[in-house]
Amino acid sequence: MPPAFFCIQRPGNMSSLEEKRFKGPLRGQLLFAIVFLVAALLLLSQLGDQTKWVKRTKFFAQPRFWPAVSIIGMVLFGGLHLWKLPRRKFDRADFVEWRVWLFTIEWVLWFLIYVILVPIIGYLPVTMVFMPILMWRMGYRSKKMLWISVFFGVAVVILFKALLDVKIPGGATYEYLPGALRSFFILNF
Amino acid sequence: MDLILSSIDILARWDVLLALLAGSVGGVLIGAIPGVGPAVAIAILLPATFSMDPIVGLTVLLGIYGSSMYGGSIPAILINTPGTAVNALTTYDGYPMTTRGEARRALSLAYSASFFGGIFSVICLILFAPILAKIAPMFGSREIFLAALLGLILVVVAHRGQTLIAAALACFGIFLNTVGLEPVKYSKRFTFDQSWLSGGVNLIVVVLGLFALSQAFYLLQGEDEKTRLTKLRGGMFQGLRELIRHPRVAGVSGTFGVLMGMIPGVGEFTAQFLSYTYAQKSSKRPQDFGHGSSEGLIAAETSNNAVPAAAMVPLLALGIPGEALTAMMLSVFYVHNVVPGPQLFQNDMDFVVALYLALLILNVLVLVFLLFATNQLIKVVNIPNRFLGACILVLSFVGVYSLRNSFTDCLIAACFGIFGFVLKRLSIPAVPIILGMVLGGIMEVKLRAGMARVKTPFDFIDRPIAMILFLMIVGVLIIHFLRVWQDHKELKEAKWSTKHASTNFGMHMSRRKDYLLRERGRKVREKHLKYNPRSTDKR
Repeated sequence: MPPAFFCIQRPGNMSSLEEKRFKGPLRGQLLFAIVFLVAALLLLSQLGDQTKWVKRTKFFAQPRFWPAVSIIGMVLFGGLHLWKLPRRKFDRADFVEWRVWLFTIEWVLWFLIYVILVPIIGYLPVTMVFMPILMWRMGYRSKKMLWISVFFGVAVVILFKALLDVKIPGGATYEYLPGALRSFFILNF
Repeated sequence: MDLILSSIDILARWDVLLALLAGSVGGVLIGAIPGVGPAVAIAILLPATFSMDPIVGLTVLLGIYGSSMYGGSIPAILINTPGTAVNALTTYDGYPMTTRGEARRALSLAYSASFFGGIFSVICLILFAPILAKIAPMFGSREIFLAALLGLILVVVAHRGQTLIAAALACFGIFLNTVGLEPVKYSKRFTFDQSWLSGGVNLIVVVLGLFALSQAFYLLQGEDEKTRLTKLRGGMFQGLRELIRHPRVAGVSGTFGVLMGMIPGVGEFTAQFLSYTYAQKSSKRPQDFGHGSSEGLIAAETSNNAVPAAAMVPLLALGIPGEALTAMMLSVFYVHNVVPGPQLFQNDMDFVVALYLALLILNVLVLVFLLFATNQLIKVVNIPNRFLGACILVLSFVGVYSLRNSFTDCLIAACFGIFGFVLKRLSIPAVPIILGMVLGGIMEVKLRAGMARVKTPFDFIDRPIAMILFLMIVGVLIIHFLRVWQDHKELKEAKWSTKHASTNFGMHMSRRKDYLLRERGRKVREKHLKYNPRSTDKR
């Protein structure tokens, strides 16, 4: 819980007309606008260092031209967006929102672990195990749901790897399979 | 006639027909599941289509694009949740019909209206194709640059109430496109000496992050929604008969769809808005709109389904995508070295007509499929949201990893996934980023080429089409600023009206003071003081 002095609550239903007319929720908008502007300003500070000004080249053909246009646009419009935000104080709802943003990291980690494991163990076995574990994590306990997730995993692998021939490398563990089975697994699963 | 025959020849292959079937049925299914839009599906399937023939790959994607809106109307009508974003207007009149016990009538009307919209636009465009083929070569570098700029401005302006952040995000998209090695002078731009950045930021990685992964995260952190479906009663063909009774609404809505679809950056929402407003204003029963009006449903569904075919016009004729889905399709062209633009219309007209014919066949397939399979299809609405999230997560992996088998790509996509998730939570549109990336690249190349032959700034717009485009840009900006000014005035008036008498009195006094201090006020004072001037009055 953040310190009390940091939370400035509006009394009752005293939301202004600007707040009522604002498109989308107000929670979290301020931090997003600040981070966006700061990032744009940081990029602007690097403009001279990260792009080149080439001699004997027209202004519009300079390598620096488009990065400059885009970053100045980001600073200008991002700044105006921040300035025009109807509420420029952090609220209790903002902290709740930041927590929601932070907790997505869990799903990112699930995704990245899956990405790391596929080339090691193999696409089919990892997907077959990953789906039911993820289902379990989300609170589905029925056998039917877990089996459906396993079948979904198998269907995805067969559709993309075996039928559509999408480029996903065979797992390192497939090397230990006997002769013909090895090449069959590498090609199809 | 020869043209159509050679186009049919392109399509008469078993893999193209299979792609049509898969695209149409898959698109309907994807549209019918709330939470999975065509953008997610196209993003995931994009790398898989790279290994196919251009016509096969494009048919699958076009199938999903064209048929998802049919499917999207099912949950919009039955459970008041639009299956795809463009079906939001369908809920206005579709769901009240369901609550009245007329779900089947609403569905059949939506299918018939969608079918009419789809067929109407394809026929319009096949008829217009020869004219377009004549106009397209008149677009040089300058015109394409101006058209891309117009598209970008329209996309930004279309997000009413969020224009500033939409503009900032479009600029962010342009910036992302500039990262990496500059193609002419070979100088590094914003690579921070990192090898993985020197190749630039891949559009497909960004698309998959912003649309697919972010949607997966969004669904995974949410709750499963409980839905209750009503039983369908009545015939599915009554909608066709009802549609015939409203030819004017259907025709005008289809025309709006075609016109708005052709303008890059405008798309379904504006077409729907215009058609719905027209239908309401010209209706004998305008009070029914929003309470289950059949005309409202026809206007909404006809106009949105007329857009996909029309949206292919700027993409094929100029190489300028008008929205996120066509921007994704552009990458399929690039991968196969088919460069969309005026040359495509001149040299490969049969390819263009083949795509339109594919859309025509697709609409028939989808209608037949829906008329007979709706009862089974509505069950997909019940798929739990978080299960869908897990499915999208696994499918996104195929999309990102199959590109280059790179872990870094997956990491970048995951970062964009979080970014897209935050944007979704804040109801900020992600589309300007994608269009900024695609149109930014086009604008950079075309401006460089266009400026090479320009001496004075006026030379840039001295050709008729360039001048028209320039005037359109100026016009759009003027209309936008007038609208902003109007909104500002309305807000001020609304604020004043909520004040009570004592503050109003103070406001009157302050306005009076302002007026008197201005030039006119000075003159009035002078006139009043003429007969007894004060010795201390300054002039």
